[in-house]
Amino acid sequence: MDATTNTQDSTTDAIAVEVDHVSKIFRGEQEVRALDDVSVGIRKNEFFTLLGPSGCGKTTLLRLIAGFEPPTMGAIRLGGRDISRLPPNQRPVNTVFQNYALFPHMSVAQNIAFGLEMLGKPKAEVQKTVDEMLRLVRMEELKNRRTGEISGGQQQRVALARALAPHPEVLLLDEPLSALDLKLRKDMQIELKRLQSETGITFIFVTHDQEEALTMSDRIAVMSAGKILQVGPPRDIYERPAERFVANFIGESNFLDATLAGGKATLAAGGTFDVHVPEGVRDGKVSVLVRPEHATVHAGEAGEREIAGTVENVVYSGEATVVHLRLATGEAMKARLSNAPQGGEAAPETGSAAAVTIAPGAVTVLRD
Amino acid sequence: MADRPVKQPKGYSVRTLPGFAVLALFTFFALYAPITILVAYSFNAGTSLAIWEGFSLRWYYQAAANEAVQDAAIRSLYLAFSAATIATIAATMAALATTRTRHFPGKTMIYALINQPLMVPEIVTAVALLIVFAAVKVWTGHTSMIYLIAAHTAFCVPFAYLPIRARLETMDTSLEAAAQDLYASPWMTFRRVTLPLMWPGIVAGLMLAFVISLDDVVITEFVKSAGQDTLPTYMLGQLRRVVTPEVNAISTVILVAGAILVTLFFRLTSRRG
Amino acid sequence: MSEMGATPYPPGELEREARAADTRRRWLLSLPALVIIIFAAAGPLLVMVVYSFLTPGDYGNVKWQFSLEGWTNTIVQRDIFDDTLIWADAHLSIFWRSLSLSLITTLLTLIFGVPTAWFIATQPPGKREFWLFLVTVPFWTNLLVRTIAIQELIRSEGVINLVLLKLGIIDAPLQMMFTDFAIGFGMTYVYLPLMVLPVYAAVDKLDFRLVEAAHDLYASRWTAFRRVILPLIKPGIIAGSILVFIPCLGAYVTPRVLGGGKNLMFGNLIELQFGQGRNWPLGAALSLMLMVAVMVALIWYVRVTSREQADGR
Repeated sequence: MDATTNTQDSTTDAIAVEVDHVSKIFRGEQEVRALDDVSVGIRKNEFFTLLGPSGCGKTTLLRLIAGFEPPTMGAIRLGGRDISRLPPNQRPVNTVFQNYALFPHMSVAQNIAFGLEMLGKPKAEVQKTVDEMLRLVRMEELKNRRTGEISGGQQQRVALARALAPHPEVLLLDEPLSALDLKLRKDMQIELKRLQSETGITFIFVTHDQEEALTMSDRIAVMSAGKILQVGPPRDIYERPAERFVANFIGESNFLDATLAGGKATLAAGGTFDVHVPEGVRDGKVSVLVRPEHATVHAGEAGEREIAGTVENVVYSGEATVVHLRLATGEAMKARLSNAPQGGEAAPETGSAAAVTIAPGAVTVLRD
Repeated sequence: MADRPVKQPKGYSVRTLPGFAVLALFTFFALYAPITILVAYSFNAGTSLAIWEGFSLRWYYQAAANEAVQDAAIRSLYLAFSAATIATIAATMAALATTRTRHFPGKTMIYALINQPLMVPEIVTAVALLIVFAAVKVWTGHTSMIYLIAAHTAFCVPFAYLPIRARLETMDTSLEAAAQDLYASPWMTFRRVTLPLMWPGIVAGLMLAFVISLDDVVITEFVKSAGQDTLPTYMLGQLRRVVTPEVNAISTVILVAGAILVTLFFRLTSRRG
Repeated sequence: MSEMGATPYPPGELEREARAADTRRRWLLSLPALVIIIFAAAGPLLVMVVYSFLTPGDYGNVKWQFSLEGWTNTIVQRDIFDDTLIWADAHLSIFWRSLSLSLITTLLTLIFGVPTAWFIATQPPGKREFWLFLVTVPFWTNLLVRTIAIQELIRSEGVINLVLLKLGIIDAPLQMMFTDFAIGFGMTYVYLPLMVLPVYAAVDKLDFRLVEAAHDLYASRWTAFRRVILPLIKPGIIAGSILVFIPCLGAYVTPRVLGGGKNLMFGNLIELQFGQGRNWPLGAALSLMLMVAVMVALIWYVRVTSREQADGR
């Protein structure tokens, strides 16, 4: 098999990796179901992110795709071919490890050349690709350094170059940015995105950082307790989370009681809204989500299409002010107001009566 | 390491206990005094062990000219080299098999067997080997060094195993995963990544095994056939008769060789990370 | 992902295959070491068990005839005149010498070893390696050579007698060689590093803030040592004691060189059965007794340390 098989055909909808009803059970002192009947298709040339808290199974799924562990049940297919029995060295998949796993006894260039040498590429080609990769990650100057002699950010780039050099069909990235400081992390996010579009390789990226996921991904799969809860583009995931866990994990949330009837939801606290209804939710009592930044507050009585509440707390946080309210139904609600320059409209004061306005389309029904 | 406490008046440090330093320094003195005297007398010109008659290398010359000593020395080195090499290879493989894994069927047994020579007094092993090898020698009529090499290899294995295992356990398994991920076959992964990284442990194990084999008296004494004296068994035999300064000279050489190997070993294992 | 894609492998099959391959690989890798040890260490021990139940041959070796005498002869013997069973006094006194000398040696190494370990562990970090190295070097140098060094010291014309005579403290050389004292002295010297190293490891781990806390709570130096330090470094002291005690019990070279032909220890008694004594079954039985004694000490040690660990220490 040739790991350098190029995948630059335009069938962007073709499936690169298919995870088919995969379960992984670790039997130790107690049984841990790290993956619980997971099925997902990852498309060619896509930047796909597995997002979830630690222990949700995202890294396990990555290790299964790389071939470091066999699945307990199910199969994994690459470009339609079953690879469940292939050892890692026969899978056209490369990994960027969380701790980079750079070979300490080799130079930067030797690290990058390693995969190509193992594939038996001719010397000249190896040389050429290594130079190309060094240029791609801007590390030409340091090619002869030992990997212990370069900074964390540089190690990260070498790890990337090493994994990209054999031009794999799929690149797996296991929380590669978690060891970097905030500033460097932001730079690397942009860098990664650039590399992905320049190389046209499918990226599967694992992170627990929701912002990172939203910034970089074409699609995100949110995982919890070994299951994939929702798969979709960042905007869908953020604005139309299907479940309370997803909504809670990504961004700030208000959960309110409502009654659903014929595609419209009437909040217990008042007001009726056109809503998006996820599959499998029937008319009746439901929970809905309103993002704090999709609600505004002004002092005074509630008018038509507004919800009345009492201001319990006002928290200033630089770019925004968050107003904590108690609604007539007893439900708590937050509204996030962008801060105008001083002298602009002030947020209502603690203890006063206030009215909440929810933007049209901002109410999302949850499956729960 | 606990933080060092703030400087306190000398007598009040919690780290000093009355009399301990004196006893410790005496112990160090006592550890080295006998060896020093032994070495000093090996340079004594006189025959008497008691009286210093001036500096001379005559006992070294005499020892070097002694054919029995030459034979024993060569045999010792040959034996130590063969046994340490075979033991280190076997121990390296065994260390790869028994580290960095969760439980697998038979692991406890393998582990117990590898360490078995450490658990049994040398004299017991020596006697058991005498019984079995005597029968084999009679049965086959074959009396080469093979018996000594086998016996030495067996008790060298756990010593070679120790530093190799220690080295492997501190090694990051993701490096080998990375190699496999980059299309290296199991063999290439071993050759290009595992072996270079565990190399200091292997060298340390080899040296330790070498020293252990060179030092052995008891097992060699019981396993050797006629005319298979090593340096230590030769010296043990000499002690039965009158002690000559020649033994001191041989001892000094062994001492120095051992000290050099141990120093190297110490450097190799402590310079980690 | 349709239903048709449902798992092509029975549940757990891939894992079973991987586990089986892994176990096979690990066994194959262990094989050379196992073969060597079974052939030249563990196996012969089993053969020796068989030999201990046979009848002694006329010129050493054995006759293939079942007998329990190898075992009974370890503690009783037949009186040559009236054929009654009497205690084998010679053996019992040798057992006693082995046990008491081993215990005394352990005690002596404790007295010198613990302060030494303490001293090393309380040196500034940079110097610690050096002192530790000084203890380690004698440990790895030839045991026979170190025993010879002691012999040079305590012989009638040795350094100690020479100095004492010169100082006029004695007027005839002290006979120290070929005594129990010589054996104990030699073993203490030879096995001392085995005490220092584990105790050092324990003191090194000691959190000195606990000692400060004891002082703060009005403990005197001695009380703090007894009530705080000693319990905390106890695992190291136990480890060191076992590490010294076990080789003492099985010592062969040191008692042979320093104890001579009369002051035998367990190891020398065993040797005797394969030399002039020529009673292989008895020698095998004695060896197995020694082995069991050592095993008991080891198992006791493992149980104590694992209990200490279970207690969170």
